[in-house]
Amino acid sequence: MTGIQVASGVADLGGAEGWGVAPVLDPAEPVFKEEWEGRAFALSLLSMRISGTNLDAFRHAMNRLDSEHYFDDGYYGRWLYGAENLLMDSDIIAPGAVDARAANMTGGQVDEPAAPEPHKPDYAPTAGGSIRAIEAPQRFRVGQQVRAKVMQAPGHTRLQKYTQGHVGVVAIVEPAQVLPDTHAHFIAENAQWVYTVSFDSTELFGPAAERFTLNTDLYEDYMEEAS
Amino acid sequence: MSTDVSADRIPIKLRAEALEQLLVERGLVDPNVMDSFIKTYEKDVGPLNGAKVVAKAWTDPEFKARLLENGTTAVAELGFKGPQGEHIVVVENTDTVHNVVVCTLCSCYPWPLLGLPPTWYKDPAYRARVVKEPRTVLAEMGLTLPESTEITVWDSSSEVRFFVLPQRPAASEGMSEEDLVAIVSRDSMVGVAAVGA
Repeated sequence: MTGIQVASGVADLGGAEGWGVAPVLDPAEPVFKEEWEGRAFALSLLSMRISGTNLDAFRHAMNRLDSEHYFDDGYYGRWLYGAENLLMDSDIIAPGAVDARAANMTGGQVDEPAAPEPHKPDYAPTAGGSIRAIEAPQRFRVGQQVRAKVMQAPGHTRLQKYTQGHVGVVAIVEPAQVLPDTHAHFIAENAQWVYTVSFDSTELFGPAAERFTLNTDLYEDYMEEAS
Repeated sequence: MSTDVSADRIPIKLRAEALEQLLVERGLVDPNVMDSFIKTYEKDVGPLNGAKVVAKAWTDPEFKARLLENGTTAVAELGFKGPQGEHIVVVENTDTVHNVVVCTLCSCYPWPLLGLPPTWYKDPAYRARVVKEPRTVLAEMGLTLPESTEITVWDSSSEVRFFVLPQRPAASEGMSEEDLVAIVSRDSMVGVAAVGA
């Protein structure tokens, strides 16, 4: 395993302060504002294939970027850096290969590292996509009070910081899905039930918070009974 | 924080070209396949799909019931399925409840119905703030809701994709399904705008 970072990485933005005013809507915006964005989009999708990885590994490959690489070149910038991480993880490209090629494309004369011997993860999905049919019974039911666990183990997760430790109510039982935390690292699919859980805003952000309901999906491993 | 990529940044456009060249010359990537991916999301898969779903739901009560019961199979009736649409949950805006969708951890979005997400959806300020102060954020984005309207925010953290069925404007009464398609905006189907007739 390479490149594992703590769960609460740069991408976990929910509830974060300091980001300024909300963005402006632009109904006429093109899908790709610049041509390279489309190229980065397509290269990223293909990089998952040729590195023998998966969508969860790709998300983690972005989450372990530093904030400069995550934010400064925008959405497709982080996709491209994430794709490079996947390709380096599987030894499809050598570290420094892209930089060297870019230098040579702009008049430089630098030695490019040789293509390494590929080492793709020892992993094959049991089916397409992320939804799986499982036999295990559902541990939680609609209407039940549950707590989002506090989880700070290294590695990928989809359990946001802002829900951790808080109590909500199961609103919907969703289809069983592979667990991103293990799937991203090719350990196991660990398919399990997922629940949409409703949190009161004051439970998450205190009594002075705006009043609203926050619904988010929790994998069974992220949850415990709250009673 | 550490990173695997070079800290010595070169222009991102050049980086994309360099990576493409490296992969194409080794036969790992076919530029024609890249072109087809790009074209699919520029031309074929976009918010027009979602607008067709909404217009049908507004004019066909049985379809609307199926859509709210099982979004995935209902939108598949219209041919809409594919990546980032494995399981679709449709939530309805009413006089009393307003739904708005976000992905705080990345930018999960129902591609088969809306295409690729717009810049505002990927903006860190939107991702950070709409789960903490949605009424304020929506107002800043031009949608001021009555105090009596309850807000539900849906933060997409699994492979479930949430899609908002916006309210049909009263002034659209009598419009055909085809004409209704034209008035349904992308942003209304994420919950940051209302549909105007």
